[in-house]
Amino acid sequence: MLHLGVAEPMRDCEYSQISTRSSTPMETPFKKRTPKRRKWQAFPGRNKFYCDGRIMMARQTGVFYLTLVLILVTSGLFFSFDCPFLSVKLTPAIPVIGGVLFVFVLGTLFRTSFSDPGVLPRATPDEAADLEKQITNCSSSGYRPPPRTKEVVINGQTVKLKYCFTCKIFRPPRASHCSLCDNCVDRFDHHCPWVGNCVGKRNYRFFYLFILSLSFLTIFIFAFVITHVILRSHQEGFLSALKNSPASVLEVVVCFFSVWSIVGLSGFHTYLISSNQTTNEDIKGSWSSKRGKDNYNPYSYGNIFTNCCAALCGPLPPSLINRRGFVESDTSQPTPPTNGITMYGSTQSQSHMAAATPLMQTETVILTNEGSLPGRTSLGGPCSGALPLGGQPTPPTSNPNLSSDSDMLPLRKDHIDGLHHHHTDGGHHPFLTPEEAPSPPGMLPCGSPVGHSHTVQGFYNPASQDSLHEDSVRGLVKLSSV
Amino acid sequence: MATEFHNLQELRHSASLATKVFIQRDYSEGTVCRFQTKFPSELDSRIERTLLEDTVKTLNTYYAEAEKMGGQSYMEGCLACATAYIIFLCMETHYEKVLKKISGYIQEQNEKIYAPRGLLLTDPIERGMRVMEVSVFEDRGSSGSSLSSSATSGGSAQR
Repeated sequence: MLHLGVAEPMRDCEYSQISTRSSTPMETPFKKRTPKRRKWQAFPGRNKFYCDGRIMMARQTGVFYLTLVLILVTSGLFFSFDCPFLSVKLTPAIPVIGGVLFVFVLGTLFRTSFSDPGVLPRATPDEAADLEKQITNCSSSGYRPPPRTKEVVINGQTVKLKYCFTCKIFRPPRASHCSLCDNCVDRFDHHCPWVGNCVGKRNYRFFYLFILSLSFLTIFIFAFVITHVILRSHQEGFLSALKNSPASVLEVVVCFFSVWSIVGLSGFHTYLISSNQTTNEDIKGSWSSKRGKDNYNPYSYGNIFTNCCAALCGPLPPSLINRRGFVESDTSQPTPPTNGITMYGSTQSQSHMAAATPLMQTETVILTNEGSLPGRTSLGGPCSGALPLGGQPTPPTSNPNLSSDSDMLPLRKDHIDGLHHHHTDGGHHPFLTPEEAPSPPGMLPCGSPVGHSHTVQGFYNPASQDSLHEDSVRGLVKLSSV
Repeated sequence: MATEFHNLQELRHSASLATKVFIQRDYSEGTVCRFQTKFPSELDSRIERTLLEDTVKTLNTYYAEAEKMGGQSYMEGCLACATAYIIFLCMETHYEKVLKKISGYIQEQNEKIYAPRGLLLTDPIERGMRVMEVSVFEDRGSSGSSLSSSATSGGSAQR
């Protein structure tokens, strides 16, 4: 952070020097004065961010608000109408325990909904090009290109790693691409519309604690509302008891219908945790013995206790996407500004290309690339190092464009698998709305139009870029010696 | 810290990026973070096999330590749960502490071993823990001046 203070005056100096060297007018002060964008503003997935990147949710949050309203209203009614009677008649511990449960439920709900589920950042262009090269090398013997899968043996089981066309990475084991959020999520469990977020490695324990505590809260409220009505009807008769506490009726109805689904869901996830499976794997039957006699779960630790501890009390990995970091201004490519450089969202590059010329861009490339040196504790996201310095070969980038249509089919299947991740207990409404299913494939070739424009407009010539770089370096050397 | 950066910037200014070599993840032991110790052939001429393998092995042990499930991580998990995870506002998780150690280690390795050979390791956390990026520089031979580091990438904003 303290480097920022040191760097800026230097950078101003460099920019103004460059402008005297070259003849093109530079909007240098303009460039420096544009506010720095945070990385969440340039995030390629379909997520919504709040509080300047601190809160991250899925795009459709309507059902989350419904969940919140149901919990708040039911608990509110319980505390206002039933608790006074019960604390007097029975014990004041009832509202206290209820209060603790309520706070815990809300806390875990917010933690599940607002945190990063374990999104894997998309590949930088260099990585994507390197992977493409490897894939094309493998299939160089002329037959049809192999499907993009890699096989790996984990604990004796062969696991297939699939290539994600949107994120341009080979997905780690247990990761899956959520088509609703358009992100690859590590240890993807499912996308839960009730919490308005995906459930993955980083927030699974909060999700589980949420449904567990909500089960207890629901049963608690249900039981004590019934107790309240019964006690009252001893005093006044059943019908007048109901008339005097109408809220109780509403609470009983809500709790009755919730209990089955939520308790069922908790039971299901308890089973998943104890066998160390994700909802995804369970639905697909990846480790079921029905697939084969030797099929077993390679991730399980062998006993239920260790599996539970690992899922709930294991180390919590930090977020891999740096939401609140700043987008480096070097992410613009030194080509015509209309080129949407990155194969994933092009928003960050366009904003920075507005006031830049190729020479200055090269310069910022070199300088800010230093900023991404190791040793800084920045959790870089897709933006750092996105610029392909020194010649990104174009043939590999054009391949996915050509084959993207034919590859749509396997990808669509992947995404439909992602869409089918809903609970079998029926606690969740089917969120597979028809308009959502076809949307992911529409999003997918986000690489291809970009790539096409890339090739059509003429990619930068690495040789000329190098000479520009040399000139600028020599210019800087001269300046500093003055 | 400033002088170390100056050395690395001299490398940057006097050299230009030729290519990037990626060391991929090794999933043979499951989902734990490990990188392949297989030596990439593109680096044959640039660095001795054993040096890179040692670096990768050390990093693998660091990552294993971060993800280790033992008494300490369970205690931390239970304590965090009991305090409704508010404690993470004040305290760093064990994983984050190890990541800081890793950053320091990578920087030290870069200065001592890789920069003199015209290579630069990028911390895997900046690439989403997918790959370890080794930038290969072609030395231009011109003497670079030591300029201060440019704007950083938002520093240590951690979630």
